[in-house]
Amino acid sequence: MTTPLISARDVNVRFRITRPGDMPWTAPRHLHAVNGVSFDLMPGQTLGIVGESGCGKSTLARALIQMAPAEGQVIWQGSDDLLALSPSRMKRYRSEIQMIFQDPLASLNPRMTLGQIIAEPLRTHRPDLGRDEVKTRVRDMMDRVGLLPQMINRYPHEFSGGQCQRIGIARALIVEPKLLICDEPVSALDVSIQAQVIELLQELQSDLGLAMIFIAHDLSVVKHISDEVMVLYLGRMMEKAPSELLYADPQHPYTQALMSAVPVPDPVIEREKTIIPLHGDLPSPMAPPSGCVFRTRCPRAEAACAEEVPQPGRGRHQCACLFPGRLTAEEVA
Amino acid sequence: MPLLEIDDLNVSFDTGDGEVHAVNGLSLTLDRGETLGIVGESGSGKSQTAFATLGLLAKNGRASGSIRFDGEEILNAPARTLNRIRAERIAIIFQDPMTSLNPYMRISDQMAEVLMLHKGLGKRAALAEAVRMLDAVRIPGAKDRIRLYPHEFSGGMRQRVMIAMSLLCQPDLLIADEPTTALDVTVQAQIMRLLQELQAEFGMATMLITHDLGVVAGFCERVTVMYGGKVMERAPVHPIFAQPTHPYTRGLLQAVPRVDRGQETMQAIPGNPPNMARPPSGCPFRPRCAFADEDCAVMPPLAPAGEARERACHRPVKEVAA
Repeated sequence: MTTPLISARDVNVRFRITRPGDMPWTAPRHLHAVNGVSFDLMPGQTLGIVGESGCGKSTLARALIQMAPAEGQVIWQGSDDLLALSPSRMKRYRSEIQMIFQDPLASLNPRMTLGQIIAEPLRTHRPDLGRDEVKTRVRDMMDRVGLLPQMINRYPHEFSGGQCQRIGIARALIVEPKLLICDEPVSALDVSIQAQVIELLQELQSDLGLAMIFIAHDLSVVKHISDEVMVLYLGRMMEKAPSELLYADPQHPYTQALMSAVPVPDPVIEREKTIIPLHGDLPSPMAPPSGCVFRTRCPRAEAACAEEVPQPGRGRHQCACLFPGRLTAEEVA
Repeated sequence: MPLLEIDDLNVSFDTGDGEVHAVNGLSLTLDRGETLGIVGESGSGKSQTAFATLGLLAKNGRASGSIRFDGEEILNAPARTLNRIRAERIAIIFQDPMTSLNPYMRISDQMAEVLMLHKGLGKRAALAEAVRMLDAVRIPGAKDRIRLYPHEFSGGMRQRVMIAMSLLCQPDLLIADEPTTALDVTVQAQIMRLLQELQAEFGMATMLITHDLGVVAGFCERVTVMYGGKVMERAPVHPIFAQPTHPYTRGLLQAVPRVDRGQETMQAIPGNPPNMARPPSGCPFRPRCAFADEDCAVMPPLAPAGEARERACHRPVKEVAA
């Protein structure tokens, strides 16, 4: 059996919250943004992470590369624990793990040209390369992501959103990472451009054997790119399964609600489908509900759900619910 | 007589880059109680159409053509005329409910102000009506929560407040400009369902401006697809989704990721959206269109094609729809 590229065990992220008026002796308050999440990612595979705003999906991804204060274990290729590394030893892994962001324009330095932006990671991580070599690699990478050679001296504001995202992808891939973390890479793009960027990512993935963590708030985008999908709610994993299993047979009531809410561009289907209603608002992450965090909005919640924190179990299809299974018509109504 | 009649609307902006044409010769009509979806990507001119209708264009914007509301010409009308129509007869809700509510005012004051100004109600009556409307948009505990400030509400709740506020004067026309784009999907589903129920209850006409074809499929009776400031195709909702006859509509439908179907269904449209400071001549979709040829250097007119459908394309229907 192959070793996972990355193996996360019981990852927790707690932010310490200070509020105006707090005194030095005030007891610290914590926001538990990610709570005991575990997963394995094989080389060349894609893990989709889905959830609504505030579910901890971006924080989880950032925690893996020490961009958020995390506890737990993140084992890279069966050897080093990324969370325990000193900054200088972590630097080696920074070229192995690269990231692309949601707002393509905001994540590019407006005062650098496209060529400088794409070359910068090489200058940091590969100081041994000569000037000509850097130039050749930048040109190759531009060609790969569909940017024309004559664009090399232009500035980010001269490009459209889709092109900026291509620049972001080129900058990430120039150091030949093994893992690419994509934090909502297409949410800010137009529909016709979203599909382009997803196609590009898929193509690059199969050419370069990249593993990806693909974060989105929308189950439909993730479906097209992921081998495995994980659904988060209020910092906890609700369900995780191979893509085809999760979409064909979602077990967790939250996954089912999330799936039913995605609008389908077909008036016949859209008007006949049942949307599983979620009552009320997301609880405050400062004071999550006891037991199962989803119980306050779950159509199936029972008294037991307040007592016990459901565990996801093991195996291919994991579901953190005491009463998993498809919701019935009465429960939905 | 239609409620809203837009005829040959042109909107342009003077910018440092020269004149930018945001909307080019748009015509549309909307009847009482009808739901119209205007679909387009960024730069298609869909929002500027709404802004021109309400006289809300930016300072460097100019609009020409004609917009008649209930028979009265309102394009470029003086503020006196528009102030009477805005809020009382046409209301608008925007994408971002945080920036469209006043952060310094309690919800109660913001809502009461509308009724006191437009309907001449006293403060007490206005507040009672505001609470009733917050109940109508299903804000739990409206009576107490009306005293809160906007930042004390979640995004979905703020959008409900916006909707309640827009309906206070029982407008004939509600313009919803990307009302759910900033919201999570589960909240989006709640808000769209709410809009549907309110529409049935109050019977106002609704113009839904969105880039989301799924939202349109669930909500609208008729759909107008825009690209590069021009109408590409329009038709009732069922036929346009069942058989799109314009290459752009077709491409858009194929580009949407679908949660209910397999992987093979998603196909990108090549190229980039047009730079509206230097739009291509002729059909704006020409540089990205798989069907384009030399005829397309001249913009095709919007011509009837079958029942209640119009399209602006030189290629025959059977070639594109195949």
